[in-house]
Amino acid sequence: MRNKILVAVALLSGLYLIRNLYYILLVLPDEAAQGAIYRILYFHLPGWITSFTAYFCAAVASIWYLVKRDQRADEFAVAFTEVGVIFTMLGLATGMVWARIIWGVWWVWDPRLTWAFVCWLTYMGYLMLRGTIDEPGQRARIASVVSLFAFVSVVITYKSIDWWRTQHPGAVLSFRTGEQRIDPAMENMLFHNMVALVAFAGVLMMLRLGQERMQRELDALRRQAHSL
Amino acid sequence: MGQVLTIAWKDLRSELRTKESINAAAAFSMVILVLFSFVLDIAGDSREFAGGLLWLVFAFAGALVLNRSFAREQPNDCLDALVASPLPGWALFLGKAIANFALLAIVEAVALPVFGILFNANWLRFPGWIALTCALATWGMTVIGTMFSALTVNLRLRELMLPVLVYPMLIPVLMAAMKLTTSMLTGEGVTADDWVWVKLLIGFDIIFTSLSLALIDVILVS
Repeated sequence: MRNKILVAVALLSGLYLIRNLYYILLVLPDEAAQGAIYRILYFHLPGWITSFTAYFCAAVASIWYLVKRDQRADEFAVAFTEVGVIFTMLGLATGMVWARIIWGVWWVWDPRLTWAFVCWLTYMGYLMLRGTIDEPGQRARIASVVSLFAFVSVVITYKSIDWWRTQHPGAVLSFRTGEQRIDPAMENMLFHNMVALVAFAGVLMMLRLGQERMQRELDALRRQAHSL
Repeated sequence: MGQVLTIAWKDLRSELRTKESINAAAAFSMVILVLFSFVLDIAGDSREFAGGLLWLVFAFAGALVLNRSFAREQPNDCLDALVASPLPGWALFLGKAIANFALLAIVEAVALPVFGILFNANWLRFPGWIALTCALATWGMTVIGTMFSALTVNLRLRELMLPVLVYPMLIPVLMAAMKLTTSMLTGEGVTADDWVWVKLLIGFDIIFTSLSLALIDVILVS
């Protein structure tokens, strides 16, 4: 049953993405200043929102673990974090391609980009750390503390487009700016793609969660075999 | 508070008697200064990059002191004894952090004048701001360093994991300190534009100190 739901959500989010692509590429017009390349925005911004959401869920799962000492919470935390890292990479990659076209360089060290990069590094450290601890209880404990520390960098990255005025453009969505700075049709499309990407990320997360559970079962069986 | 000071004093005394990490940190900071001099043209105007270099020196040298913080309790199972003692976890953490802060301040007090002479930087133009920046940023480094020293104390690959985890965490505090120091060296002082960095330092210190105090028990009690 669980697998069927998973396949259904995966298919739906895939179809939704295709539908969105049709609108993005063929229906919506070019942007006045940037031309066709602006369309990368429809993946750049939703990609970041998806990764921030995943990190937020990982932080919640980590708190859940610290309060309840429930191994399932740790499984959720690692699954969310890995998906978050993937979408951070999507955000960084789309941003770099966009920067190459508009700014002429792949990367500039402006605070907004730097925080995003730091965020990625921090969570990569988290994943590496998990790999170095064998005992599940200790791993979950240490990893959940690191996850909470790392989440501070996510908050800074999210707020960095407000705190620093730099080369990277500021907030565009009207709930952040308080006014309509972006064409409503384009903003609408951003939300559509956000929903599609979040659904897709949810599917990835569930797949990873399944793997993590199997891994845990395997480890337990291996320990049992050793003790015999 | 008495317990906190007891721990801090214990750590300081044991460090000042052996001078293990503080000597290493001071010597290492000199080595980095020499290495920098090969890369950069210090005959010209060094004010633009001196602030950045200074904090790199502090970060690398400081890590030597901070990494030892909990590791030095491992021989003879001192850490287990400390955890088993009636001392609350937060008092242990705070005591160690205060001791580390004092040690880092000593390293900085040695490195600052040497740096000023070798790289022709005048630190005394805004003494109050320099002191404030050093205090805030060093506390930030201390809290993160001490916490991660506690986190990784029992790990198999401790030496490998510490730098990978600690330096990304330190980037906000280092970046703010670098920007502020550069503003002071280039002559403008701390202007309205720089306030965001001062606020970042204060916020960083408050957030990470409270997080560490709240979570240290989880780490220590296994």
